[in-house]
Amino acid sequence: MTAPETSPPAARAAVPGATLLEVDDLHVEFRQRSGVVHAVNGVSYTLGEGQTLAILGESGSGKSVSAQAIMGILDTPPAVVTGGIRFEGRDMLAMSAEEQRKIRGPGISMIFQDALSSLNPVYSVGWQIGEMFRVHQGASRKEAKRRAIELMERVRIPAAAKRVDDYPHQFSGGMRQRVMIAMAIALDPRILIADEPTTALDVTVQAQVMDLLKDLQRETGMGLILITHDLGVVNEVADDVAVMYAGRIVERGTVDDVFTDAAHPYTEGLMNSVPQVEAKGGRLQPIVGQPPNLAAIPSGCAFHPRCARRRLGAAAAPGRECATDEPPLRLVVPGREAACHYSEEVLGA
Amino acid sequence: MGRYIARRLLLTIPVLIGASFLIFAMVFALPGDPVAALGGDRSLPPAVEAQIRDEFNLNDPLLVQYGKYVGNLVQGDLGIDFSQRPVIDTIEQRLPVTVRLAVVAILFEAIIGIVAGVLAGIRRNGFLDNVVLVSTTLIVSIPILVLAFVAQFVFGLQLGWFPISGTSEGWGSFLLPGLVLAAGSLAYVARLTRTSVAENMRADYVRTAKAKGLPRSRVIIRHTLRNSLIPVVTFIGADIGALMGGAIVTESVFNLPGIGRAVFDAINNQEGAVVVGIVTLMVFFFIFFNLIVDVLYAVLDPRIRYD
Repeated sequence: MTAPETSPPAARAAVPGATLLEVDDLHVEFRQRSGVVHAVNGVSYTLGEGQTLAILGESGSGKSVSAQAIMGILDTPPAVVTGGIRFEGRDMLAMSAEEQRKIRGPGISMIFQDALSSLNPVYSVGWQIGEMFRVHQGASRKEAKRRAIELMERVRIPAAAKRVDDYPHQFSGGMRQRVMIAMAIALDPRILIADEPTTALDVTVQAQVMDLLKDLQRETGMGLILITHDLGVVNEVADDVAVMYAGRIVERGTVDDVFTDAAHPYTEGLMNSVPQVEAKGGRLQPIVGQPPNLAAIPSGCAFHPRCARRRLGAAAAPGRECATDEPPLRLVVPGREAACHYSEEVLGA
Repeated sequence: MGRYIARRLLLTIPVLIGASFLIFAMVFALPGDPVAALGGDRSLPPAVEAQIRDEFNLNDPLLVQYGKYVGNLVQGDLGIDFSQRPVIDTIEQRLPVTVRLAVVAILFEAIIGIVAGVLAGIRRNGFLDNVVLVSTTLIVSIPILVLAFVAQFVFGLQLGWFPISGTSEGWGSFLLPGLVLAAGSLAYVARLTRTSVAENMRADYVRTAKAKGLPRSRVIIRHTLRNSLIPVVTFIGADIGALMGGAIVTESVFNLPGIGRAVFDAINNQEGAVVVGIVTLMVFFFIFFNLIVDVLYAVLDPRIRYD
């Protein structure tokens, strides 16, 4: 009973380690000829050692862009990144490009959704994994290959020594994602950002990959940012969840709390649009309407055009009109923040 | 791979037969009488004329002429020209000139074209991109014949930077003709590289390369360029064969005694054996370099396998 693996998620969340990453009022804009696209509009969060933070949202909610801004891999211009990104206390946006580059890999690492297109088709997987050691640590080709094989074994790729010279297209989807993971953890990063790591995979393979990520996190104590739109994945592996809509965080709390009782109508809508085993036979309730155009985000609460609980005009409380007054992200109950004027009513509903 | 190459080489045989027959037929169909023209203003004695016609099988129908030609060809005999000089000697003497010209042209095409394309592609819509766009458009819109004379006049005659004609200055003699010969393809290579690089810069694996913390130079050279060059190498390889055709004009303008010039003269004299021998050789080069390209393709892109 002493094995730490058996401790429930809530227990892990209760003992967060040292703070690794602080994101403070992050904004990302893309200035284009047709206008300015506001992809990320004031996102703040912190990530501690060993913590898993899920960032949940539809496509276009700014979750991937905010992660790429943290990595420093957005092309600037056209992207304009402002706000604060502190990695282990150091302000990344104030650093030179070269200092930033040296954090990518050993400090913060990232894996992407589609491993086939995210791996270079013309180099063997061993070469691509070994490149981390050659570039960051000056390892020899032979040494890099040896360590690439070790890593491939660590992410449980069968017959690693035989497959090290194979090319990405010769692997299955799940194995390719393992190659991506091996590459990302090569230098024992403090933080791993996983951008939809299992979206392109079969359900059974999804579970294996998520298990692998959790095991690696337990071994290394790295912080994990999991970007996904899959509520099931969030529920299984994350400690905390931040729900994003139109480039802002609209709700934040522990996974258990948020999933038990949402405090924002958008989160509530997401929960209702997923099939539930208990409610079999009932109708799904999709969120009506389309995600907002990030070049023309609605005034007031960005979600109000799609919100079933919106209060407009005279029905609204003073200063809390959904179409004109932008709701701040505020503490609703202890441990829970939401950006809705009427969270107290959503909570309990 | 070995079997693939063997099959492709076998396939060149029917192509060469077909091509040589077409060329033979076209020379046969040329208006005018080559033997009558040999005498210039005066006509040759009838006995001499008959002897020449007999020697070159000119009295036979097309198919018989061609049959006799191929019969000699498989014995390694490419025939002789009207001055009794074996065609094989002409080729031996003149091919090195054309090979030099082609080497210079390909080097210009590959180096300048790729560098310009990469500079344009990594900063799309930037200053260099626009410079490359304008200059390449200008170059491709000028016919090679005009370009050759203008270059010869401006750079050779007026500025005196390059030799004007002949091969007396060694490799230096080939710089200007090589540049002229390469110009159109160079522009095309630059545009192709530019498009390919710009596209690959946005590829997912380039994003991964950045996320791996690789230096920008490595992201561009190792992760963008290698993939971008696959279509470019294909084009350059196929272009080596096509350059031989351009060499006919360039060698004539710059007075280089290469096989292009030899073919030009032979067409004027209607010397069938010379034209067919050299053009068939050009066709062979074309096929051969296309094969090289296909093999290279598999080397550059591991997703392509021929077995």
